[in-house]
Amino acid sequence: MRALSRKLLRDLRRLAGQMASIAAVAACGIAAMISLRGNYDSLVRSRDEYYDRQRFADVFVRLRRAPDAVARAVAALPGVAAVEPRIAGFVLLDVPGFPEPVSGELLSLPADPAHGVNAVYLRQGRFPAPGRADEVMVSEVFATAHRFVPGDSMAAIINGRWQALRIVGIGLSPEFIYEVGPGQIFPDNERFGVVWMRRDALAPALDLEGSFNDLALTLTPGGSEPETIAAVDRLLAPWGGTGSYGRADQISYSFLRDELVQHRVTGDVIGYLFLGVAAFLVNLVLARLIAAQREQIGTLKAFGYGNVPLAAHYLLMGLAPVLAGLVAGSLLGIGLGRLFTDLFGRYYHFPSLHYVAAPGTLLLAAAVSVVAATAGALQALRSVIRLPPAEAMRPEAPARFRRGLLDRLGIAKLGFSIRMAARYVTRRPVKSALSIAGIAFATALLVLGRFFTDAMTFMADVEFRVTQQQDAIVTFREVMPSSAVTELRRLPGVVTAEPFRVVAVELRHGARRVRTSVLGIEPGSHLRRLVSSRLVAAELPADGLLINHRLADRLAVQAGELIEVQPLEGERLPRQVRVGAVFDELMGNAGYARLDDLSRLLREGHVVSGALLGTDGTADEALAAALKQLPAVAGVGFKKGLVASFERTLAESMGISTLFLTGFACVIAMAVVYNGLRIAFSERARELASLRVLGFERGEVATILIGEQAALTAVALPAGCLLGWLLCAATAKLFVTDLFRIPLVVPASSYLLAAGVILAATLAAALLILRRVDRLDLVEALKTRE
Amino acid sequence: MTTEAARPEVVFQARGLSKVYRMGEVEVHALRDVSLELARGEFVVILGPSGSGKSTLLNILGGLDVPTSGTVRFMDHDLTVDDDAERTRFRREHVGFVFQFYNLIASLTALENVALVTEIAENPLPPGQALALVGLTDRMHHFPAQLSGGEQQRVAIARAVAKRPDVLLCDEPTGALDYETGVLVLEVLAQVNRDLGTTIGVITHNAAIAAMGDRVIRMRSGRIAEETRNAVRASPRELSW
Ligand SMILES: Nc1ncnc2c1ncn2[C@@H]1O[C@H](COP(=O)(O)OP(=O)(O)O)[C@@H](O)[C@H]1O
Ligand SMILES: [Mg+2]
Repeated sequence: MRALSRKLLRDLRRLAGQMASIAAVAACGIAAMISLRGNYDSLVRSRDEYYDRQRFADVFVRLRRAPDAVARAVAALPGVAAVEPRIAGFVLLDVPGFPEPVSGELLSLPADPAHGVNAVYLRQGRFPAPGRADEVMVSEVFATAHRFVPGDSMAAIINGRWQALRIVGIGLSPEFIYEVGPGQIFPDNERFGVVWMRRDALAPALDLEGSFNDLALTLTPGGSEPETIAAVDRLLAPWGGTGSYGRADQISYSFLRDELVQHRVTGDVIGYLFLGVAAFLVNLVLARLIAAQREQIGTLKAFGYGNVPLAAHYLLMGLAPVLAGLVAGSLLGIGLGRLFTDLFGRYYHFPSLHYVAAPGTLLLAAAVSVVAATAGALQALRSVIRLPPAEAMRPEAPARFRRGLLDRLGIAKLGFSIRMAARYVTRRPVKSALSIAGIAFATALLVLGRFFTDAMTFMADVEFRVTQQQDAIVTFREVMPSSAVTELRRLPGVVTAEPFRVVAVELRHGARRVRTSVLGIEPGSHLRRLVSSRLVAAELPADGLLINHRLADRLAVQAGELIEVQPLEGERLPRQVRVGAVFDELMGNAGYARLDDLSRLLREGHVVSGALLGTDGTADEALAAALKQLPAVAGVGFKKGLVASFERTLAESMGISTLFLTGFACVIAMAVVYNGLRIAFSERARELASLRVLGFERGEVATILIGEQAALTAVALPAGCLLGWLLCAATAKLFVTDLFRIPLVVPASSYLLAAGVILAATLAAALLILRRVDRLDLVEALKTRE
Repeated sequence: MTTEAARPEVVFQARGLSKVYRMGEVEVHALRDVSLELARGEFVVILGPSGSGKSTLLNILGGLDVPTSGTVRFMDHDLTVDDDAERTRFRREHVGFVFQFYNLIASLTALENVALVTEIAENPLPPGQALALVGLTDRMHHFPAQLSGGEQQRVAIARAVAKRPDVLLCDEPTGALDYETGVLVLEVLAQVNRDLGTTIGVITHNAAIAAMGDRVIRMRSGRIAEETRNAVRASPRELSW
């Protein structure tokens, strides 16, 4: 059927604009799918390989101290494959040229550091030599943040002693794919880093010779995690075990897992929605084409062309743009996938991370494209097959119009042009509704595109400008008498200092258990405000705990009920405590209590874990320098640096996704509007030419053409804003984790911006079509029929 | 009907055809009990006012439509059965159509429009030769929009005859044409009938054209009102309207 193929090619070329717009929409969907799904696949593969090679532990536990024999007893437990007893602690690091004190997590390396559980991957340099207390290895991100190379030095205060350290190696650990300081949600690689030292060098420094205070183990293939956890806890109970936990409670593991799932879901949702829009456009274009070529189809049938070649002819017409989109989208998707994976690699650290588009993903994208194109073409194909050849010989009956609702509302009083436009809208309600849906979807995407940035900014504002009123947090290595806080008040620039006590706990209610911490602060604290997501202040109850909704849900507990609080340090005596109140907090998973309540609960005197400092901001450098010198201090966090680093991270990670969502939304808006106008133009070319012949002016004719689309856009914009809000709400739901939830903050400016972009895209599409109105050849238009 | 002994072979045989269109409550009887035969090589003109059922009859004969009752046979094909694939094969193998509005594919050139049909025919004329037959050799590579109405209709005839059909069915082939052009088109039809021996059925509401047929069937209100045979066929040049 060479002549038929030639017709196919010529029709495709004639409809190039429409075909290109469909291809662009399909390409966006395919690109989203391939990049995000591929990103997911690549990350999962990299992660699993990494975990496997470095023998990432299955169960983790911290304890006060236990002799090595206990580790051997753990190793002998059924289901345990390998055990790594370690020494761990937090230290204050003094990095040359960096004014603020830096928190470090110090971990011991075993005798054979390249093997064993949670083995560190050596990126650069070498492992510290056995017995060398002055040699350390640092994590790669930390090294990158401070531009460390092997041979550089820094200092640490270990167990109250100032110690010069030489960095001999740079490495990565499967435990720190996501490297955040304790209690942190966002990484700040300048102010927190992981430091490894040989165990035989670290043990004497921490007075832990022949003992360990941290243990990680892997399970045998059939080993049961809950049973092992229970057995380990029994063994470690006398040694101050803080309760062992599995991977699901390991910070790095759970962050990565949550984020990965979000990526895949986002990619699939965008992919399917865009291909749905592409299918709709295929449907629109083919329906118009077949209506216009009714007589041609009838003629071909009259001459003996069967249904199969004719249906195939139009199916190919629908497939062509989508397949073009598939090719373009695959290329774009692979490019984007690389970009996303690189970006991901800045927050999640692997020895090697490469984006690889799995053949399965490409196949899936291809299959979904073909299904979408076919689905879009189906209705048109049915009408090709149903079209009786005799019927095709009759000229198309004039489209049926009715005086509809709009007429009754009195549009008759309006101009002739507007009346015509209004009747077009109501004549084909399904088509109009789908066009509205398409534009509304584009609007919604634009709203969603700004949502992440807005929500994160709001979160940061609540966290840094409302909740955290302090300028710096000081954490002591061990609990100190509250008088230590008074000492801090004397430091340079410090105006106020408030004590706090934080204790790791396991909360229990019925069968539910949650490992978290309880923060004790002074009631009416000025430096730590507890507020709900609506910025309403939450009062610390006179008696009992204040917890947030997420924690209450995980414990299945309500305000007024009793829960069991098991401290994971000190005496570790479980106590029944009343949940005094539940509030809607954005970030965090801690419980809150009055400082003296918590002391009573822990059966300890007036001791504190650290202090919140308010400064006058005049002597921050001097304060930082002074704090570095205090042996009791394990960590210092200055809010100013934290905020800056958060904002940088946010701009970096949100910038690209906002950019792409915006671009994608513009493609959809342009495609829907352009096709709507282009089809309206082709349907009405004769009519419009007739009107011009009758003496109508260009502007009036354009009003009829653009009016319909303008009306659809006008309805679509508010609908799109509403849909955008719903999408944001759904996204906020999807992104709830144990640690935070994204607040549903959609400022008016987001809606205005989205509407502005859609109007601009509509205008651009309208201008393309208006050029055709200008060039309308009156004689030609009256003569030819498509 | 005549009963000559040396009567040529009958190709079409229609018995008691009727066609009823139901439009809601209203029934339109487009054909009422029509019977006729067409012989090989015959040139038949079907005449009648608008709405008298001419197109309906032609469409049924050409396998584009099926009657509500009655039977039609074309040689060994039963055209009454409602089997679309069967009728498609019949059209492909035996029939050429010419329509009032030419129905050319706008995106294909004259030559390609003809090739469209020769490609699915068994023993066609080369498309160029078919166009030569209608005197359009020099317009072969023009698109329909670049041709006048008469030229387009001649392309349509070339397209219809290129497959060497047994029957050529023409529905108002000159309806959209001026006199001069109409005559030109009719000359082509007469020439095809003469040179290729194709059976031709031409529908028209123009009584003047009747003179060029072997036989004239006059229709009124879905019935054959009158059948006449022309002793001498007039040449299209002699017609005037
Ligand atoms: N698809 C149809 N639906 C309803 N009525 C039809 C249809 N096709 C033809 N008719 C009616 O059948 C009658 C005969 O039509 P037709 O054969 O087209 O007449 P002619 O070709 O002689 O002008 C007319 O009254 C016409 O209105
Ligand atoms: Mg007719």
